[in-house]
Amino acid sequence: MSYFTPGNLEIANEIISRYPVAKSALIQLLHLAQEQEGWVTDDAMRQIAELTDTTPAEVKGTGSFYEMFKFHPVGKYMVNVCTNLSCQLLGGEELLAHAEKTLGVKAGGTTADGMFTIEDVECIAACTEAPCLQINYRYRLRVSGDDFDDLIDDIRNGRAGDIPEHGTLGRVRQHIPAAAMAGVLPPEQAKERPVWLARNDEPAPAGTAEGEEE
Amino acid sequence: MSRYVPHAPGYVDNGGPKIVTSRFEHDDSFTLDRYEATDGYRGLRRALDRTPAQVHDEVREATVLGRGGAGFPAGVKWGFMPPGKFPYYLVVNGDESEPGTYKDRLLMERDPHQLIEGCLITCYALGLAQCFLYVRGEMALAQERLARALNDAYAKGYVGKNILGTDFSVDITLTWGAGAYIVGEETALIESLEGNRGMPRLKPPYFPAAIGLYGQPTIVNNVETLSNLPWLMMNGAEAYKQFGSEASPGTRMVAISGHVKRPGVYEIEQGITTFRDLFYGDDFCQGIREDNELKMFVPGGGSAPWFFPEQLDLPLESRAVGGEGSMLGSGAIIVMDETTDAVKAALRLVRFFARESCGKCTPCREGTTWEERVLQRILDGEGRPSDIDMLLDIADNISPGPYPVAADPNQGLEAVPFPPKQTTICPLGPSSVAPITSTIRRFRHEYEAKITKRDAIPVSAAPMSAALSTREVG
Repeated sequence: MSYFTPGNLEIANEIISRYPVAKSALIQLLHLAQEQEGWVTDDAMRQIAELTDTTPAEVKGTGSFYEMFKFHPVGKYMVNVCTNLSCQLLGGEELLAHAEKTLGVKAGGTTADGMFTIEDVECIAACTEAPCLQINYRYRLRVSGDDFDDLIDDIRNGRAGDIPEHGTLGRVRQHIPAAAMAGVLPPEQAKERPVWLARNDEPAPAGTAEGEEE
Repeated sequence: MSRYVPHAPGYVDNGGPKIVTSRFEHDDSFTLDRYEATDGYRGLRRALDRTPAQVHDEVREATVLGRGGAGFPAGVKWGFMPPGKFPYYLVVNGDESEPGTYKDRLLMERDPHQLIEGCLITCYALGLAQCFLYVRGEMALAQERLARALNDAYAKGYVGKNILGTDFSVDITLTWGAGAYIVGEETALIESLEGNRGMPRLKPPYFPAAIGLYGQPTIVNNVETLSNLPWLMMNGAEAYKQFGSEASPGTRMVAISGHVKRPGVYEIEQGITTFRDLFYGDDFCQGIREDNELKMFVPGGGSAPWFFPEQLDLPLESRAVGGEGSMLGSGAIIVMDETTDAVKAALRLVRFFARESCGKCTPCREGTTWEERVLQRILDGEGRPSDIDMLLDIADNISPGPYPVAADPNQGLEAVPFPPKQTTICPLGPSSVAPITSTIRRFRHEYEAKITKRDAIPVSAAPMSAALSTREVG
């Protein structure tokens, strides 16, 4: 039984084809699994291991290093409030406390209805717009307590706008048509000197130097 | 006149010269149509008209300093690859996570084609087999914009097989990170790209140019560094060196956050603009909030030793800042006014390093956590008189010897120049020392004022504070 849906399995194989070594696709496939189900299940890791020529233990070993991968169910909406220095200076910790109060759970917790998980996160690269948060990795900037409550209210009432459910990152995927691809080879099969370098190994024919100077 | 640009939140156009942010004024700057209408991919065409060696020479001649943190010249780094050991790879470091830093995110979101063109120029110059564009996992919009840009660029023949009808062919693979600060360290980034835990590799070799991805020579360059190349190819090294100072030519992007009236991401000339210009200039931050006094600032990302009002007149130039005990790093400046609690601010950055330590080297894995706990108990009013010395002792175990620090004329203390020594294989652990030594030297009285409740007591009898025993450190 395939864990991945037929559509996602196709995507998984396409992702793998873009790397010289299948294992390099491992993190990308964990993202795909998380997109499919909202978190990373054991079945997902078993199939990722098969696809990347690794073991399930290796998949978990790599995956568990990275904070974005969840190995247990989390809320449909992941609320990441930044409390690093730039945000702390302008109320990030107060915003987190407010968020915890509004949702009734502490950082790391998930609301009883499975809608929201709150996390106290490190710098999310919007420091001049502090305090800031991400909800399923979509930014909300200069967030006040009221802004936060409005955001939660909107989502609870089906007005999530640009925010997909947890697990979905970039919604545009890279796709390279086979004919356009330069060709990805394992390193041991790519030992040739690239043609455009080799061509330039010979001394330039007389006369071309002028043309190049412009 | 300087102004906010509404469709690029955070970016402020300061009216100065623009190399990498020239398209930000357009709300469709990320599209191929706009890119082509504004000299897009002309730098690549210019590069393809020359030999790869000539392109490399131009980059070397321009002295394009790395914009990721270390400030190493890209042209020199490129030269470290052993000849003939093919394949060579390019890894683009878009894992921007240093506290206070964001410029790469804006460059990826606002001008993805510029970055792609920079990658192509690099691949052509060095004969690279493939390019991996590693974008931080949390940056969903940047991922979307780059994916769209790559798809469009492939369709138009700018990327892939026989680029623009020449014999130059290369694939660019878009890769997402998954939440780990340490992956910004270049050997950790390579580990992550190989499908492993993102732990830095033992040095030497010091540069993955010797042994990198799959054991092959690999160039790791920052997003902003590569985004400079299309302009450079169009305009040449001489024009590039018209901006900035002799040692630090060109421009760079800086993010100024914290207690200023107008925080923002600005493109400034390297080596000329001073911190005072940035904090108080009308075209920049326009002063400290509520006209408060400046207490201290972080000049180059969470890893940098802190500066104080005496350092305000330094130009943003690597050597000048390094000699005065800190670094420009990733171009992140965090400003703190007189209302800031120095211990609390130091704790927040130390906590960051404790959480992000990969756990490979003992001094960092254990030390950063101890630092956090000791700082936390001082802040909680549970500190012991010996704690200040203990903090410095732990710090000395991670980074031995005098740690880089700014001069303090009031105490007659001189600066200790950057960089620090380290007992670890990457700079994360030593970075955790910066907030501690910076604040203890300058604001020891603030620490002492918080250590009032206890006399010296034997360690074994000390109760752990409630906040600490329940706190998750991981």
